[in-house]
Amino acid sequence: MADASAPFRITGATGEWEVVVGLEVHAQITATKSKLFSGASTTFGAEPNTQVSLVDAAMPGMLPVPNRECIRQAVRTGMALDAKINPWSRFDRKNYFYADLPQGYQISQLYHPLVGEGEVEILLDEKDESSGKQIGIERIHVEQDAGKLMHDQHPTMSYVDLNRSGVALMEIVSRPDMRSPAEAGTYLRKLRSILRYVGSCDGNMEEGSMRADVNVSVRKPGSELGTRTETKNVNSVRFVMQVVEHEAKRQVELIEGGGSVAQETRLFDPDKGVTRPLRSKEDAHDYRYFPDPDLLPLELDEAFLEECRGSLPELPDAKRQRYEALGITPYNASVLTAEVETARWFDALLDAGADPKQGANWVVAELFGALNRRGESIEASPVSPPNAAELLGLVVDGTISGTIAKQVFEIMLERGEGAAEIVESRGLKQTSDTGAIDTEIDKVLAANADKVAEYQAGKLPLFGFFVGQVMKAMAGKAN
Amino acid sequence: MSVSPEQVRHIAKLARIGMSDAEIEALVPELNNILGWVEQLGEVDTDGIEPLTAVIEQKLRLRDDVVNDGNIRDAVLANAPEAQHGFFAVPKVIE
Amino acid sequence: MTELTSRTIAELRDGFRSGEFSAHEIAGAYNDAVAAAKSLNAFTVETPDEALAAADVADQTRLGSELKPLSGIPLGIKDLFATEGVDTTAGSNILKGFRPPYESHVTANLRKAGAGMLGKLNMDEFAMGSSNETSAYGPVISPWRRKGSNVGLTPGGSSGGSAAAVSAGIAPGATGTDTGGSIRQPAAFAGICGIKPTYGRCSRWGIVAFASSLDQAGSMARTVRDCAILLEVMAGFDPRDSTSLDLPVPRWEENLSSDLSGKRVGIPKEYRIDGVPAEINALWDRGIEWLKDAGATPVEISLPHTKYALPTYYIIAPAEASSNLARYDGVRYGLREEGVKTLDDMYAATRKAGFGAEVKRRIMIGTYVLSAGFYDAYFTKAQKVRALIKQDFAKAFEQCDVILTPTAPSAAFGIGETTDPLAMYLNDVFAVPASLAGLPAMSVPGGLDAQGLPLGLHLIGNELDEQMVLNAGLAIEERAGFTARPEKWW
Ligand SMILES: [Mg+2]
Ligand SMILES: [Zn+2]
Repeated sequence: MADASAPFRITGATGEWEVVVGLEVHAQITATKSKLFSGASTTFGAEPNTQVSLVDAAMPGMLPVPNRECIRQAVRTGMALDAKINPWSRFDRKNYFYADLPQGYQISQLYHPLVGEGEVEILLDEKDESSGKQIGIERIHVEQDAGKLMHDQHPTMSYVDLNRSGVALMEIVSRPDMRSPAEAGTYLRKLRSILRYVGSCDGNMEEGSMRADVNVSVRKPGSELGTRTETKNVNSVRFVMQVVEHEAKRQVELIEGGGSVAQETRLFDPDKGVTRPLRSKEDAHDYRYFPDPDLLPLELDEAFLEECRGSLPELPDAKRQRYEALGITPYNASVLTAEVETARWFDALLDAGADPKQGANWVVAELFGALNRRGESIEASPVSPPNAAELLGLVVDGTISGTIAKQVFEIMLERGEGAAEIVESRGLKQTSDTGAIDTEIDKVLAANADKVAEYQAGKLPLFGFFVGQVMKAMAGKAN
Repeated sequence: MSVSPEQVRHIAKLARIGMSDAEIEALVPELNNILGWVEQLGEVDTDGIEPLTAVIEQKLRLRDDVVNDGNIRDAVLANAPEAQHGFFAVPKVIE
Repeated sequence: MTELTSRTIAELRDGFRSGEFSAHEIAGAYNDAVAAAKSLNAFTVETPDEALAAADVADQTRLGSELKPLSGIPLGIKDLFATEGVDTTAGSNILKGFRPPYESHVTANLRKAGAGMLGKLNMDEFAMGSSNETSAYGPVISPWRRKGSNVGLTPGGSSGGSAAAVSAGIAPGATGTDTGGSIRQPAAFAGICGIKPTYGRCSRWGIVAFASSLDQAGSMARTVRDCAILLEVMAGFDPRDSTSLDLPVPRWEENLSSDLSGKRVGIPKEYRIDGVPAEINALWDRGIEWLKDAGATPVEISLPHTKYALPTYYIIAPAEASSNLARYDGVRYGLREEGVKTLDDMYAATRKAGFGAEVKRRIMIGTYVLSAGFYDAYFTKAQKVRALIKQDFAKAFEQCDVILTPTAPSAAFGIGETTDPLAMYLNDVFAVPASLAGLPAMSVPGGLDAQGLPLGLHLIGNELDEQMVLNAGLAIEERAGFTARPEKWW
């Protein structure tokens, strides 16, 4: 792995270049059942145009009524990002024509967003807590999603499905604080993790509930910001990193070749790993934002904000610190808190009485390995946290050795039986009767008199040999 | 401020209204007339005045998160100039 | 028995209740009158069967004595209101053939109250106009004519079909909408009453939007009482409209009283403007006398930003309209121009063919004032002036209970006589300030001018005080003795 502290540089013909990245992440508020301004369902994958109300189809005279839960989830998300919540915000119309935009405008928030400045800490090296970097959040606003266009169903027609039209999105706009593909990827993963902790967005990038507009520019280190391009709707962490990588190289080559970067919107082609300008780009970007006259200003009272604050779970950074305070290594703490499901599972393990350090090591080494092998997610783990705690407890109290524990765990994975039950029924209990061990040692020493002589002659490594032999004789039951 | 034929053409494009050159030419003086007239607002001292946001004071109501709409595809598509297989159909878009 | 078509809604209602005549007879009489008045071009769609069906329900329920407020009353509905299964086009080609699968909140309220529908009333396209000449269906012809002339006159607009139908006696009452005078100016031109309530009283749900922050439905009828009866049914909270007022609807009809003792009538000095015919100012003075006679005290008030109201309106309304009308794009309903290859070409061709000249003009102005670099200079500035106009009224209502002005600066003019858009906009000079401030306002006929054409008096009330407006209107109505009806030529 490259040294995380070394700045990421692109070496061009004229020297080194720095890349500057900002992300606008559109995160669907998946916590709600209905749309931002209508009572139609938001379930993924329904038949075309079945989850569409007259409001979503922008029938004449239809009006938006905001969904409280969407606002609540956006506020909780803002709080989780340490952001300023604006108790007075407003919806604006962003006007443009497109076949997936029935109203001819998107209801969004430009002038007075619901959430103001915040920040997210990313670790450039997850083993090293001191490698933290703050990525600024400029704002989060709430807005409607557009419908979906399908181009490959008919030779001369595009098809419009409005099921997504009006689904609530949070647009989380970062500052241009990232300086490498890795930082962009780490930020996006961290953001995704926080959203999943909060529960506002499931972070499912394949289903489109989270996607990023990637703003990239390059400059000579220390000089002014260059012209940026915006690559729209990138839908995986890996692709975001590829976009940064590709755009940075492309822009450097362009500039060094005597050209200049056009401020434009681009699309990412995942098959080729390149970006290209949007062909249907609007020749004039003039969205003519103005306050939506169908909606009044959104005013949130203290009780609402208090409830939002009070309902926030322990967030990844706080959890990581708590784990470290329990003696868990920074690396393990970071791994255990990265995904909310893992953290939940681990918390349940601790609740069931497991030793934190031992438990963390075991989850990261044993459980993850087993789940990986079996292709199972932690929520679907055949070994439950109480069962795992029981297993680990048997090691701690000396009932079984670590080696036996591995065998027991394998059986638990296969059979779903409890650890103590397995140990009991298969006679795997560790012997702590020193008499039995001494007898066994004597037998081993007698059978290996030649080796004893060597050992006594100073060949220390043989000690291990004897221990191994004793263990073997006792079928792993001695410690 | 006054608008030129190029600006009028640009505005027509933004508004997606097809217009012939003759229509554009005819609109230029009309729009300039109207714009010149509304510009008398420049006389009004509005320093320190907040733009009006709600004509009758009231708070924005928020609705409960309940699915109580949708599943009306026939109604949604009933007036469509062209609907196929449950979709609205439009001239092909190249992205 | 007086001809049914010359009776007021209150008389029809009471006569129906007492069994003097059946709802079927009422509907039949009006259906016949509508059918015989095609030359007025007041209706875009006639729905005689709907009127009869509602009447038959009313007749049946009357025997069961389950009477509803408007049982037996057939009404005309402005084509801006979505009516389920009945063409709703907002007077525009772009909505040609549009049959909404839904019913506007206001018309649903009317139907629930037992009212029937005679048909959809012609109007200026998307309610943009003051003469009904911008309708894709052609202009409505006013039933009124100048003395000794048969020149076709406009009934005003945009609720011109509503005004013409009521004054011609082909509908006892009608719905209207008012964005900047579209109920009051045609009411004045047609010699009828028309009220626009406080913004938010009537739900905008299901009314084709023109300018959302200004649009408000209201009632048009021959008398103040009839307006109150209709408005009481039309108004009411609707959670589907975020700007709908969550307040009980007052009993306006029950509380009608022309006793204005102790009330102060504000007379805004800024409404004495150049170029207004002396007859109109004379009527205004008579109006002051009538209100004095009813017990009120006139007080001079100042609304200093009055002259900026129209320019403010002509920034805000087109801006909102340019966005509200973006949905007419040929994709989901209404007109689509075929034979074009790209989506953008389809949009441009559809909107070129679908919108008329005035609508295009306003979309263009609205697009311009919102566009990059101009937004603050125009739109934000206008919203600030609008705040000042609202403040003017708030201060004025510390000194008075209701404001009296003329409704319009002229009587009805001839079709085709006003070609300059700006001159047309000036029709609403007295009506627009109340719209910008969201206040209830009403036009009541005050008399005829020298040419025999009606002139209206305009009452503006404080927020939520429709009652005061109606009461002052009633006081004028009782004293003006306006009984003139257009002579039937159609
Ligand atoms: Mg973006
Ligand atoms: Zn966005």
